Amino acid sequence: MVSAGVVLDLVSAGLLVAGGLFAVSGGLGLLRLPDFYTRVHAVGLTDSAGAGLILLGLLLQAPDWATAVRLVLILLFLLLTGPTATQALAQAARRDGVKIWLDGEPER
Amino acid sequence: MFLAGMVAVLVAMVLALARAFLGPGLYDRILAINMVGTKTVLFIAVGGFLFGRPAFLDIGLFYALVNFVATVAVLRLTHYRELGVLPREEPW
Repeated sequence: MVSAGVVLDLVSAGLLVAGGLFAVSGGLGLLRLPDFYTRVHAVGLTDSAGAGLILLGLLLQAPDWATAVRLVLILLFLLLTGPTATQALAQAARRDGVKIWLDGEPER
Repeated sequence: MFLAGMVAVLVAMVLALARAFLGPGLYDRILAINMVGTKTVLFIAVGGFLFGRPAFLDIGLFYALVNFVATVAVLRLTHYRELGVLPREEPW
C-alpha cells in the first residue's frame, strides 16, 4: 500500500522534470533554429508549457493556502502575458520587415 | 527534485543568454531576454521551495509583472522611437 504523500511526490517530480525538459528544449530551439520566426515559435510554445508544468508541480507541494494562491496567480499571469508578448513581438518584427527564412538559405 | 528543476531552468537561461549575445537581429535579442525573464520567475519559485521559503513567490510575481511591462515598453520604443506617443492612424 502506497501512501498518498508518496504518490503526490512522484506526480510532482514528474511534472517538474517534464517542465524542465520543456524549458531546455525551448532554449535549444532558441539557439539552433535558423531565423527569428522559427525561434519565436520554439520559445512561445515551450515557455508557456514549461512554466505551466513547473508551477503545477510546485502547486502539489504547496504547504499552505497562501502559497497555493500565489502559485495560481503567477500561473494565470504567465499564461496571460506570455502569448501576448510573443504575439506583439512577432507582429513588431513583421511590421519592421524581418524576412522569413526559406529552406536552403543560410541561417541568420 | 527541486534541484533538478532548478538546474534545468538554469540551463535554459544560459542557452537564451547565448542567443541574446549572438542574436543577429534586435528582435532575437528581445525574444531571448523575454524568455530569460520568464525563466527567472520559475527559478525564483522553485528556489523558494528548495530553500523552504515560499515567500519568494511574491518576488516572482513582481518579476513577472516587470518582465511583461518591460517587453512591451521596449517594443513601443523600437516602433515609435519614444515611449509616450499616441498611436497613429495605421492599425497595428
